[in-house]
Amino acid sequence: MEQKLKTDFDKFISTSNFSNQEIKFKKEALDNFLKNGFPSRKLENWKFSDIKQIIQKNIGELEFYNDYNIENKINDDIFIKEIEHNKIVIVNGKVQQLSFEYEESDKINLTTLDNFNQISNDDNSLLSLNNSFSNKIYNILVKKNYSFKKPLIIYQITNKKVSNTNINFQLNFDLEESSSIKIINLSDDNSEKNFINNLFNFNLGKNAILKNYKIDKKNNTNIKYDYSSIAQKENSISETFIFSSGSDYIKNEVSCNLEGQYSSAFINGIHSLSKNKHHEIRTNTNHSYENTKSYQLIKSVIDDSSKSVYQGKIYVDSKAQKTDGYQLSKAVLLNEQAEFNAKPELEIYADDVKCSHGSASGSLDEASIFYLMSRGLDQKTAKKLLINGFLLDVVEKITDEEIKKLIKKMIGLN
Amino acid sequence: MRDKQIEDLKDYKYGFSTDIESFKAPKGLNEEVIRFISNIKKEPDWLLKWRLKAFERLKVLKEPNWQKPKYPKIDYQDLYYYSAPKSFKEKPKNLEDLDPKLLETYKKLGIPLQEQKRLNGIAVDAVFDSVSVATTFKDTLTAKGIIFCSISEAIQKYPDLVKKYLGSVIPITDHFFATLNSAVFTDGSFVYIPPNIKCPMELSTYFRINASDTGQFERTLIIADKGSYVSYLEGCTAPMRDENQLHAANVELIALDDAEIKYSTVQNWYPGDKDGNGGIYNFVTKRGLCKGKNSKISWTQVETGSAITWKYPSCILKGDNSIGEFYSIAITNNHQKADTGTKMIHLGKNTKSKIISKGISAGKSDMTYRGLVDISKNASNSTNYTQCDSLLMGNKCGAHTVPYIKNKNSNSNIAHEATTSKISEDQLHYCQQRGLNQEEAVGLIVNGFCKEVLQQLPMEFAVEAQKLVGISLEGSVG
Repeated sequence: MEQKLKTDFDKFISTSNFSNQEIKFKKEALDNFLKNGFPSRKLENWKFSDIKQIIQKNIGELEFYNDYNIENKINDDIFIKEIEHNKIVIVNGKVQQLSFEYEESDKINLTTLDNFNQISNDDNSLLSLNNSFSNKIYNILVKKNYSFKKPLIIYQITNKKVSNTNINFQLNFDLEESSSIKIINLSDDNSEKNFINNLFNFNLGKNAILKNYKIDKKNNTNIKYDYSSIAQKENSISETFIFSSGSDYIKNEVSCNLEGQYSSAFINGIHSLSKNKHHEIRTNTNHSYENTKSYQLIKSVIDDSSKSVYQGKIYVDSKAQKTDGYQLSKAVLLNEQAEFNAKPELEIYADDVKCSHGSASGSLDEASIFYLMSRGLDQKTAKKLLINGFLLDVVEKITDEEIKKLIKKMIGLN
Repeated sequence: MRDKQIEDLKDYKYGFSTDIESFKAPKGLNEEVIRFISNIKKEPDWLLKWRLKAFERLKVLKEPNWQKPKYPKIDYQDLYYYSAPKSFKEKPKNLEDLDPKLLETYKKLGIPLQEQKRLNGIAVDAVFDSVSVATTFKDTLTAKGIIFCSISEAIQKYPDLVKKYLGSVIPITDHFFATLNSAVFTDGSFVYIPPNIKCPMELSTYFRINASDTGQFERTLIIADKGSYVSYLEGCTAPMRDENQLHAANVELIALDDAEIKYSTVQNWYPGDKDGNGGIYNFVTKRGLCKGKNSKISWTQVETGSAITWKYPSCILKGDNSIGEFYSIAITNNHQKADTGTKMIHLGKNTKSKIISKGISAGKSDMTYRGLVDISKNASNSTNYTQCDSLLMGNKCGAHTVPYIKNKNSNSNIAHEATTSKISEDQLHYCQQRGLNQEEAVGLIVNGFCKEVLQQLPMEFAVEAQKLVGISLEGSVG
């Protein structure tokens, strides 16, 4: 694999126009990845999902060279009609369209980043891989006191032109003081057997609000890793919602750093799995300041021989007194072959805190099914009703009414 | 200081000779030492081979490093793996020679004077004859067919039982410290309860002669045959001092059909001084196997001592309808560190497990609950309930919860809850208003917090443990 990585990297550099500084940085990132390779179960974070093995088993030899020069046509059919929105369209890891037609152009600053995110660490070699092979990185800066009028929908499309390929993508958001944005991240996969590696970086200034909704619904055989890093200043709020269902394998990782007083982070997620899918959500909330708050609710419905994993960690620094942290994960196993693994973790160094977590997993409640059947529903409908109710709980946490309605419709929950 | 003491004792009138010292094995860990231990204990050939096999395995094993408390590297070649019991010459002669702090604690616990002496290995006079007490108990047990002796004795007298069960729950290929124990264990307890016998009393190492000198690599094996019941107590509430820093004991429990084993531990080894110097490393492997149908194993532990406690008393629920329970109180103060919890491995159908863990950290200490609940594919209709609560006192300590939950069976239910909080000002205020001082108030609240676990302890133990909880937290408030 090492040789392949090196040749593909050289090919990638020679066909793109990066500055010398960028090339130097990318080389360093590649060296870091070469040193560590794909993460495997030997690492604590990857204990339940050995991505090295999963890639080997499902894809085999990966192509690391992704030709960003290929032009792709965008079919208008894929756009959401229900709500007016701004768009970013990404095809096979390349930004094809950026339009902020509903916003005041002088309130948004769109640049490409020369200084990369230095979030490459030995612990997460996939970030290094992303840094070395991703194309130009866009930075969207929302200026002080500006709130997006309409949501921004990020369409992440893959088409048949790529297969057995590693697609890396990175996007950066800077929210200045008292600004706000609503983002829907929609995956539309028409490709097979690719390894898609996404990195989203959010910097929230004082009083900023981020609402981020991630939807992966369309069935496909891709393997995905999606990392969101959210840094929050005083009084800022982040809300993340994850609907994870379509791809064969996804690991969604959300890392929130609460670095200012009264900042709060909410992460809610749904796993709706069938066949032999394997999805994981990992949340990491770091409370490093006083009076911060975090909340996580993750629910899984697991059918056939699929596997759902939740790893959640709440870290409370000794400075972070008066922290309020809550975490709940629940799973319903519908089939003998289904599997649920959880690792809810608390690491606490401050005494004046309120932190708790709960995790429950099991089958659907027989008594509830019986109750519904005695009211004339057949078993299938009764089960469906219960599952819908179970998941609806999470969807109801979405604070934006318009988007909530849209998402309910998209995922078929009413 | 010590040299002076020895010097003073040179002319000790009973003049015990030092030839007993010659039973010390040379320093270091190698095949010769293991042969020496085996030889001195006149062990059968199969056991020597077993030890050597463990030693072979040990050569390739590495010390685990995933635990939260880190400790300085241990030089295994610098340890003595066998030494015969100490002569009186080296032991303190009078209570006055002991650390006054220790005596104060004894007083608070209400431990009788003679008992204090015994605990510190001071020669006791003829009035207090623990040997004769033990003998009386032994007769009752023998009448019922219960075997309760040291494991060395069991190896000689009941080799078939030992051979059959030793290493059947903790194989010699297990993790580093368990394997180390298998290679070099020196002594420990052996219990066998014959079918359909309810052991009439709580068995305790306390009643076993010479129990205090089992050394740092203790091995305990308890077998409850079909339909039997036993309650076993380990340790005691009084602070225990020991010069061996590393303690790597192995405890194996086997419950056959319809049998029940209740294993209670109160651990109060020397935790080191206020600045975290010294103190014992308690790296124990405890594992119970519910081998038969309807069997039950219940662990209860009160962990207040040791500089580092690193242990996970576990249950393997192999038999259908078997039950595993784990009740734990862990208290850390000053610079103590604890990483403890349990593993419940559900293999049989209709198996049930319950985990109640209470952690209290104060001072500059660090406490981790780490546990695993694993329900395998075939363990249908199994349930687990886990509750871990942590209490923090001050912002220089840490409390962590790391549960691993694996559910592979759709007919099984797992519920897990954990909370972390501090003692509320309201509660403290209420108690203080009623005339308790702050320390008493904290003691009262903490005892309430731990009540669920304390209730599981045998009566006489529970009372002492309750006092111990208060004492362990002394100086942590205000």
